[in-house]
Amino acid sequence: MLLDLRKIFGRSKSSKDVAKERLKLVLIHDRANVSPQFLEMLKSEIIKVITNYMDVDESALEIQLTKTRSDDGQSVVPALYANIPIKNIRKSGK
Amino acid sequence: MSEVIVITSGKGGVGKTTSTANIGTGLALSGSKTVLIDTDIGLRNLDVVMGLENRIVYDLVDVVEGNCRVKQALIKDKRFDGLYLIPAAQTRDKTAVKPEQMIRLCDELREEFDYVLIDCPAGIEQGFRNAIAAADRAIVVTTPEVSAVRDADRIIGLLEANEVRNPKLLINRLRADMVKRGDMMSIDDIIDILAIGLIGVIPDDEKIVVSTNRGEPAICDSKSLAGQAFRNVVRRIKGEEVPFMSFSEDQGFVMKLKKLFGLKAN
Repeated sequence: MLLDLRKIFGRSKSSKDVAKERLKLVLIHDRANVSPQFLEMLKSEIIKVITNYMDVDESALEIQLTKTRSDDGQSVVPALYANIPIKNIRKSGK
Repeated sequence: MSEVIVITSGKGGVGKTTSTANIGTGLALSGSKTVLIDTDIGLRNLDVVMGLENRIVYDLVDVVEGNCRVKQALIKDKRFDGLYLIPAAQTRDKTAVKPEQMIRLCDELREEFDYVLIDCPAGIEQGFRNAIAAADRAIVVTTPEVSAVRDADRIIGLLEANEVRNPKLLINRLRADMVKRGDMMSIDDIIDILAIGLIGVIPDDEKIVVSTNRGEPAICDSKSLAGQAFRNVVRRIKGEEVPFMSFSEDQGFVMKLKKLFGLKAN
C-alpha cells in the first residue's frame, strides 16, 4: 500500500533497497578480499587457457574486481578487469 | 552426543551475549546439560547478563593456566538445573588463551555436557580464533543494518576458511513496522545477501533491556516475543522443525506489539 503510493508520487527508492544495493556491491569487494587465493586461482586458470593460444607475460598479468556503470547507465555493476600483456600469438592454437 | 556451538558476529553490539544467555538458558530448560563460556577476555559481560557476577571465583584464564580445575571454575546457575558458566577474565587480554587450549578445554567439557556454548568477542583477531577453535557449529548473529550484515558476511567467510562448516544465521532486533514501510531490510533481503540458512529471527523487544537489567534471561518470560523467538531457536538447535514467526503478516504483528506495550494504534 505504502509502496504503491510512493510509486504514484514518484518518491525515491525505499531506504532498504538502497541499503541492499550498497551492501551487494561492497560485499563483492569484501569477498574477493577475504580470500586472496580466489583471485590467484582465477588468474592461474585464465593463464592456463590463454597460453593455449598465445604467449603472455605472466608476471605482468593483472586481475581485479572493480565496479562499472551498467550498459543502460542506470546502476553500478561489478566487473572483472584483466590486463594481459601478449608476447606472441601462436598461429595454430595449442 | 555433545556439541560445541560458537555464537559470533564480527560486529559488536548486535546481541551475541544476550543470545548466548538466552539460548543457553533455553537449552538447560529443555533438559540439556549446558555450559556457557565467555571468551571476551578483558571485556566480560556474560556474567552480568546472566546475573551471576557475584559468584565468580575462578575464570577461563585460571582454567587454561592450571590455577584451578575446570570444576572449580564452573559457576552453577541455581535458578536453572543443568546450566553452568565459565566467565572470562577481566584483567587480562585475548592473548592469555590459545586456540589449542580452548580445544583441550572443550574436549574435557564434552564429557560432562550436552552443549558447550561459546560467546565470541567482537572482531576477527585472536579472541575470535580462540572462540571458534573448538566449535562444531556456529551461529552468526546480525541485525538488519548494513554494517552488521557486512561484518556477518566476513565472519561467514572466515568460519568457512577455518572449517567451521554450515554456519546458521540469527537475525536480531528486527522491527516489523520498519520492514513494512521499506525502511529496514527484511529477512529475505538478508538471507538473499548472505546466502546461509536461518536459525531464528528475534524481534526488537523492550523486554530484552528489562530482563538484562535484572540479570534474568528473557527466554523465561512467557509474554516476551523475543523470549518466544529464542525458545524457537532452541528447538531448532535440537533438531526440531519449527516454523518461523510471521512478521510480514501486516497488522497482526504490529497490533500485537502495540497491545503488548500498551501503545494505542494511531
